[in-house]
Amino acid sequence: MNTHTESIKRPKYINPYFGGVLLGLLLLLTMYITGRGLGASGAVKSAVVTTVDKVAPSHAEESTFYSRFITDNHSPMFNWLVFESLGIFIGGLISGALFGRLKKLRIEHSPKISSKTRLWAAGIGGILFGVGSQFGRGCSSGAALSGTASFSFGGFLVMMLLFGTGYAVAYFFRKLWI
Amino acid sequence: MGPLIPQGIITGDWDFVIALLLGIAFGFILEASGFSSSRNITGAFYGYNFVVLRVFFTAVLVAMIGLLYFDYMGWIAMDMLYILPTYLTPMILGSIIMGFGFVLGGFCPGTSYTAIAIGKIDAMVFTGGLFLGIFMFSETFPFFSDFYYSENMGNITISEMLGVSNEVFTFILVVVGLAAFWGTWIIEKRVRKNINPYKFD
Repeated sequence: MNTHTESIKRPKYINPYFGGVLLGLLLLLTMYITGRGLGASGAVKSAVVTTVDKVAPSHAEESTFYSRFITDNHSPMFNWLVFESLGIFIGGLISGALFGRLKKLRIEHSPKISSKTRLWAAGIGGILFGVGSQFGRGCSSGAALSGTASFSFGGFLVMMLLFGTGYAVAYFFRKLWI
Repeated sequence: MGPLIPQGIITGDWDFVIALLLGIAFGFILEASGFSSSRNITGAFYGYNFVVLRVFFTAVLVAMIGLLYFDYMGWIAMDMLYILPTYLTPMILGSIIMGFGFVLGGFCPGTSYTAIAIGKIDAMVFTGGLFLGIFMFSETFPFFSDFYYSENMGNITISEMLGVSNEVFTFILVVVGLAAFWGTWIIEKRVRKNINPYKFD
């Protein structure tokens, strides 16, 4: 090994196939316990509904969209996916701390672009993912992963098209990454 | 016999504790596999790192085979399992929009939470974008609610749609998966020869 490769610190990630088996078993356990799979974007939706309900309650009640998720009994944050997503954050924190990746705040980007460009791309990407997940009835977790695993045709469709589109357009955004 | 919560074997009080515990395991696996790095994730699109394909495809296959096994052993009532409904055109559009979001943002929602946990500012901005995107969707919902609910095919399964049994479909997917693992391993080796290894943060 020369000094160049030694200077690049390889992070200690687990074997991807081992990770995949663990994730598959977790998904199976989740379906066995709850009758449905894992999710992620649903928690942000609950946060949106809660925020609108707090800031503009009458607007939320009149809306055909928000009113579906608002009840008098409890906050929209009292939701399965919100607790699960809180868990995702905690799990990430534990793993990051365990493997030494929990560090000070930072922006990860290709050396070819500035931090600012990276943040703009991340923000726009987030907006698109937010809008898309509503039409898609879930994101890569809820629709693509859990949907496909429970043999839903829609889930399979989302998986194929989400990654398919990624490959189709990756060339045009290559400067962001390579 | 499962599923436990829909069958009433585990009562509602435990719901959120279970949600939190399953979430912690989910987040741990995502982070430990390397999904807290956007450059790791998008490697699948440029051929230098196929970790996403390996983890994701393996997980789908393990869960599918497990589910078929549980069904065969009579451990789970498959008719009580939630099948994500299919709204054909809206879901096609949604996936395409998400595909763009994936390449631009480098995260998907679940992975961005784990990246925030280890201190990535770009992931915080991505999640902020998610919030904004869902907010924009919600505010403009009345304009396209007809489209949103269009072409509802119900809780249709892959086997009903393609006319093959779940077992046959799973077998095909296993073969495709093994071919993909082998093929991407070759591609990755070639691409890595020609690019400088990237530094992880």
